[in-house]
Amino acid sequence: MDLFEYQGKQYFSRFGIAVSPGDIADTVDEAVAVAERVGYPVVVKAQVKVGGRGKAGGVKLANNVEEVRLHAGNILGLDIKGHVVHRLWVERSSDIEKEYYASFTLDRPNKTHLGMLSAQGGVEIEVVAEENPDAIAFLSIDPVRGLDLATARRWVAEAELDEIAREQAAELLVKLYDCYTKGDCDLAEINPLILTPEGKVHALDAKVTLDENASFRHPEWEEFRATETEDPREKMAKEKGLNYIGLDGTVGIIANGAGLAMSTLDVVNQVGGTAANFLDIGGGANADVMASALEVINSDPKVKVIFVNIFGGITRVDEVAKGVLEALKRVSISSPIVLRLDGTNAVEGRAILAPHLNDTLITEPTMLDAARRAVAFASA
Amino acid sequence: MSIFVDENTKVIVQGLTGGQGKFHGLRNRDYGTKIVGGVTPGKGGTDVDGIPVFNTVKEAVAATGASASFVSVPPKFAAGAIIEAAEGGITFIVCITEGIPAHDEAIVFNRLVEEFPGVRLLGPNCPGIISPGKCNIGITSGDIALAGGPVGIVSRSGTLTYQALHELSQQGIGQTTCVGIGGDPVPGTNFIDCLAAFQADPETKAVMMIGEIGGSEEERAAEWIKHNMTKPVVSYIAGVTAPAGRKMGHAGAIISGSKGTAQAKMDALREAGVHVCLNPTEAGQKMVEIVKAL
Repeated sequence: MDLFEYQGKQYFSRFGIAVSPGDIADTVDEAVAVAERVGYPVVVKAQVKVGGRGKAGGVKLANNVEEVRLHAGNILGLDIKGHVVHRLWVERSSDIEKEYYASFTLDRPNKTHLGMLSAQGGVEIEVVAEENPDAIAFLSIDPVRGLDLATARRWVAEAELDEIAREQAAELLVKLYDCYTKGDCDLAEINPLILTPEGKVHALDAKVTLDENASFRHPEWEEFRATETEDPREKMAKEKGLNYIGLDGTVGIIANGAGLAMSTLDVVNQVGGTAANFLDIGGGANADVMASALEVINSDPKVKVIFVNIFGGITRVDEVAKGVLEALKRVSISSPIVLRLDGTNAVEGRAILAPHLNDTLITEPTMLDAARRAVAFASA
Repeated sequence: MSIFVDENTKVIVQGLTGGQGKFHGLRNRDYGTKIVGGVTPGKGGTDVDGIPVFNTVKEAVAATGASASFVSVPPKFAAGAIIEAAEGGITFIVCITEGIPAHDEAIVFNRLVEEFPGVRLLGPNCPGIISPGKCNIGITSGDIALAGGPVGIVSRSGTLTYQALHELSQQGIGQTTCVGIGGDPVPGTNFIDCLAAFQADPETKAVMMIGEIGGSEEERAAEWIKHNMTKPVVSYIAGVTAPAGRKMGHAGAIISGSKGTAQAKMDALREAGVHVCLNPTEAGQKMVEIVKAL
């Protein structure tokens, strides 16, 4: 789960990481109230989960109440790369002496944590990594040992942060690592981490991605979940406990298992079609799950055909077949359905469907055959 | 021969008294696997369909001589259960649990490396391992596998593992061992571990490798194959059409920026001399051709 900047800053604050004083605002009046409280000049920042806000006019400096009104009014409702701004973060503007970069993430190949620190912040780190990789000090951290202050001190020196910033930065990095690990982040990134002319170091931005597998030990994440703006199809699927990702094509897909679902998308694509979604019904799918899956896909107006690709393992194909029939009784499906059923009890499953097959409920023997049939429907 | 397990492997099930643990544990026993005990704290002294249950792994190992454990416990308890298995003397741990926090997995992986170098963890979030006719630990349905070799299978995805077994068994091609390494960001056993074991196994003549988007394990495997593998490898990578930035079901199946794409993985494998196929059926057919020509 990606957090908005303001949520990331609130999350940082819990771990003692310094951020600029500020607050959220959903209206122009609220923005003015925040500005009056924290003091001018302020920065008015669009809260969207997409990069390039500044270039799109989503980040503005305001020196007085009129400017706050003007900018807040312009930014609220602004469309930034398909993300409409509904909320602002208004904070006290900081004078910037230097911009740094700091982040922690999982180093998958090495199975350790990876810290990245650079004295060249404020620009995209990918660009720095490409053009000037020596400007990034990488630190591999053993997850069992963690990051201590002594290591952080060596690290800030290696990254050549300004002398005056080093001790504060080292302390902040230990806190950020704490936030990353205790806070169960997939990513905790500050860009820019700034040094002010007064010699203070603090986080000017916050990019945080949380590991949803750790939700069970973070009841406080509930508030973040409440603000997730989702594709309505994805929202409906999530409510029904389905693993669904909306895409732009015309072939609705239902498969069991993430790998098989991904593979189904690929095969549809190979035979000239486009998938409308990724949907994994998981193991042990029954009539209820199948009905919900068909319902979610049926609600997508772009879908012209539904391709059900099941390989029974734990999931028994006869149960899936019963589920499809049950679902058809409950939900009125507007698209033809092509099924490929294999694996545990496939013979029984096909036999259950046999008397019900017609022009719009079809089985095919292989995944490839079924994909071709589905794509033919979609292009008709 | 098989890799990692064989007909003599004695297995305990951590979580045998739970719904999943009982279902799969008994299914594994029915397949012929030597399931010799279960572990559930507080339920020592009871039994599940004749299988004795112990309070701790240590007790179970002392009483049964088990060397392998099948961990089927909820995500919250999985890290603790894996470490308990290692501390209790288990040397091969299969963890099927899905949804373990990444930080827990990273700690477990590094603790095993540092404190228990002789222990192998398979998974988490994997279908397990099956050596047809000998041993089945995990959730794979035994009847889709065919004993006798000569193909070894290693896969990151559960259902695609079944698909691969099915494609081969249907054509009368057997498997030496089929290993599901799982789709999480920190797998205990990786492609290279399995490829090396298959390369060393005299009965395995060819290997089917099924990967998916995310991470760089397939690229690393390609590099290893290029320098070490003399047996033919057929691969299929799922997720060619997956969008960037979205987790495709598995926590580890995500394209970050331009990293982890199926295309990059296929290119690396092709360059290493692997037969790269575009869908599971094609991969099955290619393997049939290779085996027939052996």
